[in-house]
Amino acid sequence: MTAAAEKESFGRDQVIKIISSVIKKVEHSGDDSRLSIFTELKELERIIEEARSEIGLARPGDIKDKHIPTATDELDAVVEATAEASGKIMDACDVIQEKAAEAGDAGGPITDEVMKIYEACSFQDITGQRITKVVTTLKTIEDKVHKLVQILGDKLPIEDQGDEGDTRTGDERLLNGPQMPDKAISQDDIDALLAGFDDN
Amino acid sequence: MSVDKNMNVLIVDDYNTMLRIIRNLLKQLGFNNVDEATDGSMALEKVKKKTYGLIISDWNMEPMTGLEFLKQVRGSTEAYKDTPFIMVTAESKTENVIMAKQAGVNNYIVKPFNAETLKTKIAAVLGEF
Repeated sequence: MTAAAEKESFGRDQVIKIISSVIKKVEHSGDDSRLSIFTELKELERIIEEARSEIGLARPGDIKDKHIPTATDELDAVVEATAEASGKIMDACDVIQEKAAEAGDAGGPITDEVMKIYEACSFQDITGQRITKVVTTLKTIEDKVHKLVQILGDKLPIEDQGDEGDTRTGDERLLNGPQMPDKAISQDDIDALLAGFDDN
Repeated sequence: MSVDKNMNVLIVDDYNTMLRIIRNLLKQLGFNNVDEATDGSMALEKVKKKTYGLIISDWNMEPMTGLEFLKQVRGSTEAYKDTPFIMVTAESKTENVIMAKQAGVNNYIVKPFNAETLKTKIAAVLGEF
């Protein structure tokens, strides 16, 4: 635990200690006039415990360790895929341009249209920058959640929701969208898998 | 005075897609001596080694931004004090344009742009061609 986290943790524990101390004093005082204070403090204690419980159920550790890294990886993959696709489109444009040049004046209109394709490919730069902004925002959220986990840390109640906390069932559970390149199986793998069924 | 299309042109952008687009558009306009850099510091190295008649640069790059590059170019040598410099960027806030102008930019193009816009802005800084 960092020095800052220890300090914040100490602060939280200290608050709880003070509240408990006040409650004990009020309980032992027997002073009816302090009943309302006692009730208020009890309510405050209940609210704090509820908040802690709610935060724990939200599984902030998963948000930091799994959800946000997955989201940023997916977005990085989008940038890579669009860059690759843009490159291939422009490769094709280069070839068309060469052919249009060979055609002389007749190729002029073709070149004009190819230039429009080039211009349209600038979407990759713009979307890339927008996605980078989203990734930065997600990382900011990740930092905030990390600090929250550090502050509350082992005091958070943990509810076991299975390996993924995934409550989907049936076909829905099988729908996970495109796989990351390093996690996806290849078409050859799929063909081999299917061929294995045929052999049996 | 006619524009010398054989002049050296430097284009700076951290996205290869954009470098390729600008290079191609320049080629269509008749500029064939085009060099590329992917951030301000790389571009700065290039301007130290070669004289460019036109610089077209993105703004949002790391580690050196286009604005910092512009400032360093303007402050480098007398030769680059008046070299036409066009900023091509997605940053479209008024304060950005003002900041770039104060740093010595000659023109400013907001992405996405088309060939006609690029031609118009180049003509604005170099003269009609």
